[in-house]
Amino acid sequence: MAVRNAIFRLVLVLFAAGACLAPGGGSASEGIDAALVLLAEKSARKRQAGVEALAASGHPAAAPILSAMVDGKLYYRKDDKRLFVVAKRGREFDLFDPVAGEQAGTAPSKSLKKVKVNNRLRRAIRKALAGLNLTHADRGLRLEAAAGLLKSADPGLRPALAAALESEADGDVRAAVELALAAVDIGPDSAPPARIAAAKRLGASESPEARALLGRVVGDAKTDAAVREAARAALQQIEDRLELYRQFGAVFQGISLGSVLLLAAVGLAITFGVMGVINMAHGEMVMVGAYATFVVQELFRTFAPEFFGLSLAVAVPAAFLAAAALGVGLERSVIRWLYGRPLETLLATWGVSLVLRQAVRTIFGPTNREVGSPEWMSGAMELAGGVAITYNRIWIILFSLAVLAAVMAVIRYTAFGLEMRAVTQNRPMANAMGIRSRKVDSMTFALGSGVAGMAGVALSQIDNVSPNLGQAYIVDSFMVIVFGGVGNLWGVLVGAMSLGVVNKFIEPFSGAVLGKIVILVALILFIQRRPQGLFAMRGRAAEL
Amino acid sequence: MKTMMSRFRGLAAAGLFAGAAMVSAAPAMAETIKVGILHSLSGTMAISETTLKDAMLMLIDDINKKGGLLGKQVEPVVVDPASDWPLFAEKARELIEKEKVAVVFGCWTSVSRKSVLPVFEELNGLLFYPVQYEGEESSRNVFYTGAAPNQQAIPAVEYLMSEDGGGAERFALLGTDYVYPRTTNKILRAFLHSRGISDDDILEEYTPFGHSDWQTIVSKVRAFASEGKKTAIVSTINGDANVPFYKELANQGVMAEDLPVVAFSVGEEELAGIDTAPLVGHLAAWNYFMSVETPENEAFIEKWHAFIGDEDRVTNDPMEAHYIGFKMWVQAVNQAGSTDVDAVRQAMYGQTVTALTGNTALMNVNHHLSKPVLIGEVQDDGQFEVVWETDGPVVGDAWSDYIPESAKLTADWTYPWVCGNCEKPMF
Repeated sequence: MAVRNAIFRLVLVLFAAGACLAPGGGSASEGIDAALVLLAEKSARKRQAGVEALAASGHPAAAPILSAMVDGKLYYRKDDKRLFVVAKRGREFDLFDPVAGEQAGTAPSKSLKKVKVNNRLRRAIRKALAGLNLTHADRGLRLEAAAGLLKSADPGLRPALAAALESEADGDVRAAVELALAAVDIGPDSAPPARIAAAKRLGASESPEARALLGRVVGDAKTDAAVREAARAALQQIEDRLELYRQFGAVFQGISLGSVLLLAAVGLAITFGVMGVINMAHGEMVMVGAYATFVVQELFRTFAPEFFGLSLAVAVPAAFLAAAALGVGLERSVIRWLYGRPLETLLATWGVSLVLRQAVRTIFGPTNREVGSPEWMSGAMELAGGVAITYNRIWIILFSLAVLAAVMAVIRYTAFGLEMRAVTQNRPMANAMGIRSRKVDSMTFALGSGVAGMAGVALSQIDNVSPNLGQAYIVDSFMVIVFGGVGNLWGVLVGAMSLGVVNKFIEPFSGAVLGKIVILVALILFIQRRPQGLFAMRGRAAEL
Repeated sequence: MKTMMSRFRGLAAAGLFAGAAMVSAAPAMAETIKVGILHSLSGTMAISETTLKDAMLMLIDDINKKGGLLGKQVEPVVVDPASDWPLFAEKARELIEKEKVAVVFGCWTSVSRKSVLPVFEELNGLLFYPVQYEGEESSRNVFYTGAAPNQQAIPAVEYLMSEDGGGAERFALLGTDYVYPRTTNKILRAFLHSRGISDDDILEEYTPFGHSDWQTIVSKVRAFASEGKKTAIVSTINGDANVPFYKELANQGVMAEDLPVVAFSVGEEELAGIDTAPLVGHLAAWNYFMSVETPENEAFIEKWHAFIGDEDRVTNDPMEAHYIGFKMWVQAVNQAGSTDVDAVRQAMYGQTVTALTGNTALMNVNHHLSKPVLIGEVQDDGQFEVVWETDGPVVGDAWSDYIPESAKLTADWTYPWVCGNCEKPMF
């Protein structure tokens, strides 16, 4: 109770400043009614006062109402400004009384208006929610609340934090609350010794907020010299540790960029590296895979929304088949007639890529299509020091390695792989052995295209699903293959990863635009020195 | 309507394959007024520009149903410059010289506008340009119906610095590497200096068109933001690069209330390709949002849905700009009693139109509009909600007051100035 009173007192002060009346010393339910009236006000300032009053009321319904508000589910009726938490059902909303929580009938969406939230209000709500949840029974919520209060570093919350620290038994939550307390204590309102102690505590932490708080103290010329010195030392301590994490982050980002390049290039490694076909429509195969993902997801949304999380798993084979079928069509209709004539192949496939792009534009429209990310691919793992490793990137790295392994296995261990190697190494001899080389050509091209289609599934998660998707990757793919060595899958892996990592280490210094140029120039010089790429082909033909 | 649409789509495809001009089949009328539509229907910019072509067809269709203009039917002449800048100039020449159009509505990117500018000036054509742009230009032959920097970028940054906007003191200016972001950021930097913000607190980063790997830049901005001062991102990222940018922001857990992004090139159409739930609270500055509640806007959206045959299609700011521009041109033609370029130009000055936001848009003598500036927040349904707007219309300023060499220039196409970039009157 002490906690709530403290917050309440603080809010009363705020109220006086905002010239808003709060019920002094009234019961919790009275307080909440007055606060709810403010929430339906037009002025953002009054709504903010409402939020603070709501938090101060200590009513058990306060936290759910604030959550609903920040989630955009709190509405008021236009006629009488009465507030409701709503559940949307098309143009008809189910209404729930915010205090009692009971259903209060339904209403057409037009008769209601959303309680508007802007960023300032959102911050106020998060702070209020954190204050309310600091003593919540759930450990996870307490931890979140303490982390939230670290961000706001509001001296008014000091008593609440101190009280929470006293009653807290859990070690992790205690540490988080202590950090939040240090964030308050380093502020200009505290005495210098307390500030120095707080600086030391923050220096031991790795959170970006601690860095921000210390930076603020260091940057403020009015601060006591001893405090500033302590803050500077603590900041240096953080920076030293962060450097290591940053390097790690850059390596991860490089590998992740490399995995995207790898995915885009593996298919090309088969069509270009093995068959020697310069397929300018390769990027469009990737695009077809991405659109296949979109179609699969639409089907899931329509027929089985509850299994949406599985849509990507279904999309992988679907994209493979769609792109492979297109690949067979392309091989039979165009490329077959142009074997051994690289210039004509280049021009013809370039034309095909234009046709495919425009066809997709006509069928799906020129605008981007939304491909959703399943839950397990969203968000990030927050490493210490604010380095974030996003889940979708981890999945894409794993997926690219799996695709590479699968392609290698097909080539090495299956009968088709054997025939394929035979045909590329010595076509007349393979024919003589009874291999139908024309069919093998078709199948090989289908495999390369299908793999490109699978890449499209992964790229739909990080890039636009638009008719231009493929164009962005075609040059990069050729770059990887030429760098790694034509006709060698290991070369593709090493080439993609090294290009990715080098790119990510150059980018922070040179900027993204110059980084690309630097890489390109370096690659040209490399090819001048070593035209066969990293991994040279041995023997007469592609060795796999 | 549908058949007409599909005819256009079919023709668009045919036009690309043949690489030839595409001219809509003219109705069998004795005499028509031709209106040129110069928007890319293929290539990278098709994503944005196709919608504007459709919007123009709808507006023309609308006026024909009401009996046409000066007693004649209005005939749209659609060409496809295919996102190819030099081709824009060729197509513009073709529209004016061969098709003899009375006016052209078109262009999106600044580079395409710069490419057609000499053609319009040489042949004395008339272009309505509907997109927000970097300013620093005023041509006798162009009416700029999109926002100038002082109608978008500067109010947006002022909002970010205000208490409601979060009181930002540090700015990361991210943009695509071409003329619009570079000029806008130059103006913004000068503006921020005038507000006492030093270069240490400004981070400027550019990326190539279609950039898709934002990991490094988002990490860098997060580190920049955790150095003690309240930070905001100002984005002039254009086109396709936006989707991966916002996806990376969402995945790295950047919350709008901690690190808001205000974008100048992201509208309803661009958000259609993203799941906006993690982006709620990020901002955009425009002169129009689809969510604005006025009778004019409601009627416009209804008409648009009926015309395009799809209830899910959104409207956006450049569409409103064409709406204003076309209405003004029609009024000016009626007032002049002719479609003659010089007569229409004179009649354009001072024309007013009730914009879709319910405000009155006014054409100034510098060929820029006066209209209000709105700041909207992204909502989870892909729409924007207006959180702030200017008290009244803002006069579009062709030459920024924050760049010393352009502050002294005046654009005024009436007597005694008759000039787009002069320090003193011509007459």
